[in-house]
Amino acid sequence: MIPSLDFSGLRQAHWYQFAARFLIGGAVTLCTGLIAKHWGALVGGLFLSFPAIFGATATLIERSETEKKKKAGISCRARGRKAAALDAAGALLGGWGMLCFALAVWLALGRYPPALTLTLAGILWLIVSASLWWVRRHRA
Amino acid sequence: MDLLWRFLLGGAVVSAFALLGDVVRPRRLAGIFGGAPSVALATLALTIGTSGVTFAALEARSMVLSSLAFVLYVCFARRLLATARWSPVLVSLAGLAVWAVAALAAGLLLQHLTT
Repeated sequence: MIPSLDFSGLRQAHWYQFAARFLIGGAVTLCTGLIAKHWGALVGGLFLSFPAIFGATATLIERSETEKKKKAGISCRARGRKAAALDAAGALLGGWGMLCFALAVWLALGRYPPALTLTLAGILWLIVSASLWWVRRHRA
Repeated sequence: MDLLWRFLLGGAVVSAFALLGDVVRPRRLAGIFGGAPSVALATLALTIGTSGVTFAALEARSMVLSSLAFVLYVCFARRLLATARWSPVLVSLAGLAVWAVAALAAGLLLQHLTT
């Protein structure tokens, strides 16, 4: 399957689901900053990998898939949960990319300009995660 | 003002990655955005400005180990969701406990190694 964009899921979503993700993201970033300020970089840094998006996104996917089945006259939550599990499988690949992102930032920050370091580390995350997806897809 | 800016930037970056995850297909590829370093990008960008690169690099060092806690969290979530018996809300809440224990262990290990 060739990667593509599908906006149909967005139309089924409610505004408060997007608001919740914005609030969770903002709150986690705010708390991470406060924790680092009070307990230092070692403790604050642990929260940089806090799973801020996954829970909200998995819930959104389950509801969206269940609604689709309901419209087709089938009442089944299992399909929605299986779709959320597929999302989790992808998040696992993203997690390995996140590890590479952190390693790159740790090793490069201070040696190269900060903006360049963060940009290249972000690109590295995408390359590692997408490559793992590609390898997994072709091995399956 | 700094706190408000931190909140808004964090919310915007996390939402942007989440939106990408909503529209990209196939589903497994879209899932990688659930593991995006969105909080890290917003936090590190602000930390570099306020506390300097050395402090931010130390945060990134902690993140290396806590990323493994994230991987453990997602493995746990995937296994439970695949059974289709548990709701994503329940799974992600229970998973947070897994992440917290693993991140705490990572923090203690790092503290032990650096002192």
